[in-house]
Amino acid sequence: MGKTLFEKIWESHVVVEKQNEPTLIYIDRHLVHEVTSPQAFEGLRMNNRKVRRPDLTIATMDHNVPTSNRSLPILDQTSAVQIKTLKNNCKDFGIKLFDIDSPNQGIVHVIGPQLGITLPGSTIVCGDSHTSTHGAFGALALGIGTSEVEHVLASQTLWLEKPKTFEVRVEGKRSNPHAVTAKDIILSIIKNIGTAGGTGTVIEYRGEGITDLSMDQRMTICNMSIEGGARAGLIAPDDKTFDYLRDREYTPKNYESLVDSWKKTLTTDSDAIFDKTFTLDINDIAPQVSWGTNPGMTCDVDESIPSPDEFSNGDANQKRGAEKALEYMALKSGTMIEDIMIDRVFIGSCTNARLEDLIEASKIVKGKKVASNINAMVVPGSQMVKRQAEEMGLDKIFIDANFEWREAGCSMCLGMNPDILLPGERCASTSNRNFEGRQGTGGRTHLVSPVMAAAAAIYGHFVDVRKLDFN
Amino acid sequence: MLENWISISMKPFQNVKSIVTPLDRVNVDTDQIIPKQFLKLVQKSGFGKFLFFNWRYDENENVKSDFILNDSKYNGSKILVTGDNFGCGSSREHAVWALDDYGFSVIISSSFADIFFSNCFKNGILPISLELKMVERLLHETNPIEIDLQNQLIKTTSENIPFEINSHKKKILLDGLDDIEQTFQYEDKISEFEEKSTVPSVL
Repeated sequence: MGKTLFEKIWESHVVVEKQNEPTLIYIDRHLVHEVTSPQAFEGLRMNNRKVRRPDLTIATMDHNVPTSNRSLPILDQTSAVQIKTLKNNCKDFGIKLFDIDSPNQGIVHVIGPQLGITLPGSTIVCGDSHTSTHGAFGALALGIGTSEVEHVLASQTLWLEKPKTFEVRVEGKRSNPHAVTAKDIILSIIKNIGTAGGTGTVIEYRGEGITDLSMDQRMTICNMSIEGGARAGLIAPDDKTFDYLRDREYTPKNYESLVDSWKKTLTTDSDAIFDKTFTLDINDIAPQVSWGTNPGMTCDVDESIPSPDEFSNGDANQKRGAEKALEYMALKSGTMIEDIMIDRVFIGSCTNARLEDLIEASKIVKGKKVASNINAMVVPGSQMVKRQAEEMGLDKIFIDANFEWREAGCSMCLGMNPDILLPGERCASTSNRNFEGRQGTGGRTHLVSPVMAAAAAIYGHFVDVRKLDFN
Repeated sequence: MLENWISISMKPFQNVKSIVTPLDRVNVDTDQIIPKQFLKLVQKSGFGKFLFFNWRYDENENVKSDFILNDSKYNGSKILVTGDNFGCGSSREHAVWALDDYGFSVIISSSFADIFFSNCFKNGILPISLELKMVERLLHETNPIEIDLQNQLIKTTSENIPFEINSHKKKILLDGLDDIEQTFQYEDKISEFEEKSTVPSVL
């Protein structure tokens, strides 16, 4: 029987394997950020341990950095301490850090690929659940907890139980690729499989609907694998993948020979069998808007909010969850999505703050103004994205429309820095989680694509972007 | 050289007897267990007072009387019983540190999110997966129950409910083993792997 891509990567990284016990897996790349690493470094110190492979480890600060004027000191003292702690830890343990003033600073899952640090067929971990993003390059990329961060720092390995395999096929070709985006594809998938649908599995996304996507879009898909409960998401690498990583700052010197070997090995065999499969037709996918407090609570932009009965399909617990969600979101069943008025717009996060996201959003914004009652911001995923966007004049388009144009970071995806929603504020957000209070205590998040967020900023409410011109 | 290193191990898991705290909700995410504003600390201790912060306190930090943890009859409970997909979302281990610091050492649910589940074992917390109907029964259990990890039993006043746990994970909890120290025993295997690895360094 053939093997899946996941199984091939897994098998090529086994260090120790025993019956009925976890497998010791070698880790090729370890990405570190300020929030989930301090206790791990402290653990090393307490046990007089060192970092085994500083040359396979990189760090940046992204979660709580301010996105406003970086020349000013950080006002939040606890954030400042955490940032300084990472700086000291990297210095003490010899780890390469892309510091707050580095031209390479940015959200860890945006900079890894941009710098050519993410590689096909490799194993990548980070103390962050959205590490799944790197799976877009055919890497096995796992989010881990702080104890595991410490374990990888000390040993460059991780004990893992072998996940099951889950094939998600997206068939067909998009008739409107500007309006129906990767974000809409992944939100549709999660809506269908549920937020725990992928638990214990690694998803491999396959089919024409996936191979058709650019690398920026593939990253959006893999990024939200965790929102479907999956351990990781994968897309087999192809020429788009290899072209993307060529000539980046940290692309390996023997890159072309690596590409030759990846082409031979990094595919799922035609006779491989997945533990489960789910198939979606891309032409059934409309622009998506989340209405509840988890990413599975999502519907098409031209629909109305479902009743808890419709949503739960007879499951009493899910029904109560939907009732609580509607109460928190201050929404009623039957309300048309396009009638929901919003207060804030956030275009940013490791899900949707890459160059292509900003280009697409700018097409909606160009020559228009943000609705008068709305505060809208664009937070590029990295300083590199910011520079590239500015070279194209995108900053001017957004600023002219009254968007704020910020420095790179996680920002209002999770509100660990000063960028937060106020209680009761309703936000159209390109981020990945609409959990209660995620963007600020009492804040209400609607997950959408960058073009849907841009349109909501202009019109003051959700709009079906299939009806708009993309100039 | 390795055997001379001092290892800080977890505390071995002991049998637990207490009343259960029933948190009858599904899809409880780690943002609810420990909201983001408390992730800025650089130590592992002291997170208990922030557990379920936005459900325990209102905007002015007044106690919300309708939240289960604020009901004094559950004071001192060590066992949390809750709904499907507990611990989903963010990988933050602070969620486990907060549950531990608050006093919970066993979490019973019909299912757990993967990263949270793994984080529990690193901190001496026992997550138990049970069939939904069993979880629903335990949500209504008002007498103290006992968790016997060695024999894999939940002992109520009326019955003994068996539970499954991977034998390796059970040993880790019972012995309070330090993961990293275990891994160092395979130093030769790791070095061997590194010699044949074709993945280039970052720097």
